[in-house]
Amino acid sequence: MIEFVPVPSSRILVVVPAFNESGSVADVVREVIAKVPGASILVVDDGSHDSTTEVARTAGALVATLPFNLGVGGAMRTGFRYALENGFDVVVQVDADGQHDPASVPALVAELDHADLVLGARFAGKGEYVVRGPRHWAMLVFARVLTGIAKTRLSDTTSGFRASGARTIRLFAEFYPAEYLGDTIEALVIAARSGLVIRQVPVAMRPRAAGVPSHNPFRAAAYLGRASLALIFALVRPRSTYRVDPS
Amino acid sequence: MTVASYILGIVASVLVLVVVVELLRRRRLRERHAIWWFIAGLLALVVSVFPSTLLWLSGLLGVEVPTNLVFFVSIAILFLVCLQASAELTELESKTRRLAEQTALLELRIEQLEGERPPNHDS
Repeated sequence: MIEFVPVPSSRILVVVPAFNESGSVADVVREVIAKVPGASILVVDDGSHDSTTEVARTAGALVATLPFNLGVGGAMRTGFRYALENGFDVVVQVDADGQHDPASVPALVAELDHADLVLGARFAGKGEYVVRGPRHWAMLVFARVLTGIAKTRLSDTTSGFRASGARTIRLFAEFYPAEYLGDTIEALVIAARSGLVIRQVPVAMRPRAAGVPSHNPFRAAAYLGRASLALIFALVRPRSTYRVDPS
Repeated sequence: MTVASYILGIVASVLVLVVVVELLRRRRLRERHAIWWFIAGLLALVVSVFPSTLLWLSGLLGVEVPTNLVFFVSIAILFLVCLQASAELTELESKTRRLAEQTALLELRIEQLEGERPPNHDS
């Protein structure tokens, strides 16, 4: 049986991947500081063209600025590597658009006592976040499939609101997928196939501060196709792809 | 086949070989990338100097029109070269990503170290 030990908040790193989010990132940083006192905050500026880096730094976050856009996957892997190199035990991803409520971070971290990777799930009975149409059906299918793979009930597999424990940090610092949608679906498959324990915690999600999710049917079909490909390839990859040095 | 087309074939294949060797010589092309082009040039040279080899080989493989064998082999080689180039591109991309991540982290580290340093550092 694997042992899980509660962590003090000084060992928590909140990673905020941000691409052109100068409008909302400062509020997110301040909110995290207020609601998760003691935790370190790393904003990873994913090659933004605006003042995201300066705004986040002024708000009081550590900022790692990528020289060009790598996507959420690349930004998160930077965060996981920072956590690994600086001895953090927990990484919590909070999106820079204000969708994730930092007040739920302690709940996610608490659940790490029994798990290696905890997802904040939107559809698990809290909040009024609604997704409709083909995109919703796709999400249902992925939830069903990943529930089987992870051997635990998962209802929101594309949620970016997640907490990772030490074992997960070691795995993701090396293998966090960079492909589009890889950061959510494939990352779950990697974790499950590496024998990590995955759990979900219901969280309320706020509507996005800016931008409207697309309901264009072609976009939805493209999303479904790419997400399915990501899932299938994650499943058929040779096991040796994700081997971490035991050290 | 006229003498002109015979000569054209030889000149074209020699040209391919000269270009490949010249690029190799000037280090504009690495051996691992040049190998397929080199093989293609050699094959073309052999076939253009001794067209009978093409006839013999297509007879052996049951290809009715010998030129079709030329097309088949050419397309196969182009396909392999393209595939190899795509695979290398993927590898290069993942290396670039790693470098980008590393630079970001190093930059952050430098900032932190400079922040820790006392402002009056010449005393």
